Amino acid sequence: MRAWACYHYELIGYRRTWKGSVFSQFIVPVLFMLSIGLGVGTYVDRGGALGAVDYVSYLAPGLLVSTAMQLAVGESTFPVFSNFEWSRYYYAMQATPVRVRDVLGGLLGFLLTRVLVGAGAFLLVMAVFGAVHSPWLLGTLPVAGLVGLACAGPAIAFAARVTSAANFSLMFRFVLIPLSLFSGVFFPVERLPGWLEPLAYVSPLWHAVELSRQFAFGAFTNAASWHAAYLLVWLVAGWFLAHSSFTRRLQK
Amino acid sequence: MALITARGLQKRFGDLTAVKGIDVQVEPGEAFGFLGPNGAGKSSTMKMIGCVSPRTAGELSILGLDPATHAAEIKARLGVVPQTDNLDVELSVLENLTVYARFFGISRAEARRRALELLEFVQLTERANDRVEPLSGGMKRRLTIARALINEPEIVLLDEPTTGLDPQARHLVWERLFRLKQRGVTLVLTTHYMDEAEQLCDRLVVMDGGKIVAEGSPRELIERHSTREVVELRFSLNEMDELGSIAEKLDGIAQRIETLPDRLLLYAADGDAAIAEVHARGVVPASVLARRSTLEDVFLHITGRTLVD
Ligand SMILES: Nc1ncnc2c1ncn2[C@@H]1O[C@H](COP(=O)(O)OP(=O)(O)OP(=O)(O)O)[C@@H](O)[C@H]1O
Ligand SMILES: [Mg+2]
Repeated sequence: MRAWACYHYELIGYRRTWKGSVFSQFIVPVLFMLSIGLGVGTYVDRGGALGAVDYVSYLAPGLLVSTAMQLAVGESTFPVFSNFEWSRYYYAMQATPVRVRDVLGGLLGFLLTRVLVGAGAFLLVMAVFGAVHSPWLLGTLPVAGLVGLACAGPAIAFAARVTSAANFSLMFRFVLIPLSLFSGVFFPVERLPGWLEPLAYVSPLWHAVELSRQFAFGAFTNAASWHAAYLLVWLVAGWFLAHSSFTRRLQK
Repeated sequence: MALITARGLQKRFGDLTAVKGIDVQVEPGEAFGFLGPNGAGKSSTMKMIGCVSPRTAGELSILGLDPATHAAEIKARLGVVPQTDNLDVELSVLENLTVYARFFGISRAEARRRALELLEFVQLTERANDRVEPLSGGMKRRLTIARALINEPEIVLLDEPTTGLDPQARHLVWERLFRLKQRGVTLVLTTHYMDEAEQLCDRLVVMDGGKIVAEGSPRELIERHSTREVVELRFSLNEMDELGSIAEKLDGIAQRIETLPDRLLLYAADGDAAIAEVHARGVVPASVLARRSTLEDVFLHITGRTLVD
């Protein structure tokens, strides 16, 4: 199948850099857990704001999906842009029987693999920090995959539309970082100023954080399926957005 | 049956019409060339034939199929060498071929076998496991050509295959393309090198401003648009300003006399006879050269000597 060939292409490219990236996939969560989880956590737990839950256990499932989102978005911006603008490899693929949906399918499949491996590493780190409370924790893996793909679609579309890589640092600064700060990863969104709170509900990351946390503690609310549905909508809409942006860019 | 047929083929980009209704027919086993100055519409035409750029108007049929509806089927049987290389420079030389093969549904083992054979064909076997990035431009070009052959295409589209190559590499590429042609592969190429067109093309068209302005075999074009020989007369620096009046003095010696900023060109069937007549009329050039007409003379005659853009 042609999408598999595209997936294979992504994997071959990754083979050259995987050592460094796997290493950082363990290091980043460890650093976060140490500094914020344990450091800040000491004060949070002393204040008793979270009741019976310790801050590391509160933080970890949110951090997990936030990291997944950042990984997926990061891998859908510069590499995609480069294949249009620098190496122009997408134009080489365009000359073969491969269709846009195959390229996108291969890319999303690759991102899913990356996110799942990263999230798996994260779970191991969580186990080391004693933040495992329920066998349902494994359910955070598909949540990480879902939020990764849901955010990858719009990111790919963006990368296919911009004409300069400088746009990405703007996107990271004004979209990605605020998103990861204000989507309930570090503190409940109810703590946000009133005008900011509704924005959190729009953010796909917030829905993923909520869902991931419910899996981590094995305690589900009625909202769980709505969170999943919301992420699916982003996934489907993102796919079509990416597909049309891709097609348009290839005509240039 | 022709492999490629275009009738009134057009390509527009917004207000600009890059290809203004051309008729082309390429027969099986033929080497067909597109010549033309920068911006003539050669690449735009090649992209429409390669099914990566939809046509704006007109008819186009490749291998009996319509690119608008059967792009994937056609692409499976084409090889494409684009004007600018688009290799994945992070991958190795060999990987660039094997990965690409997968896009055509070629199995892993078969891909490897073909890749090694093609590296031999373009003399890159020694570099098989090196990353592409640091390779020279000529090596990348050869790799791009090898990649275009991975699916054993029936038609190979080559957009300026040898631009930027040193003479050795150019001759290697010509020789390889000639071998492909002998195997029955149909070649469609664009080039700015007239010697390349003369060497490789059975038939060619000259495009200018999106239109076809001449068509035929290299020999036919020379016969039709030029004389058998050309005499180049150069003069000393202080006579440069008088080239016009010198040309008048030589009127009638040749079929056509062209006055360039630095020399006169006499288009004549017999160069030596023309030179004798020049001397007989008392004109003493600083240097005299009689040579055969080339495709370049035809090209410059048809498309003009001034830069278009
Ligand atoms: N994607 C595009 N968008 C807008 N204009 C384009 C596009 N591609 C080509 N053109 C324009 O179409 C015209 C023909 O370009 P084309 O690349 O076909 O010329 P060419 O004959 O291949 O020239 P060269 O010898 O320089 O490669 C040019 O004026 C060019 O600017
Ligand atoms: Mg061109």
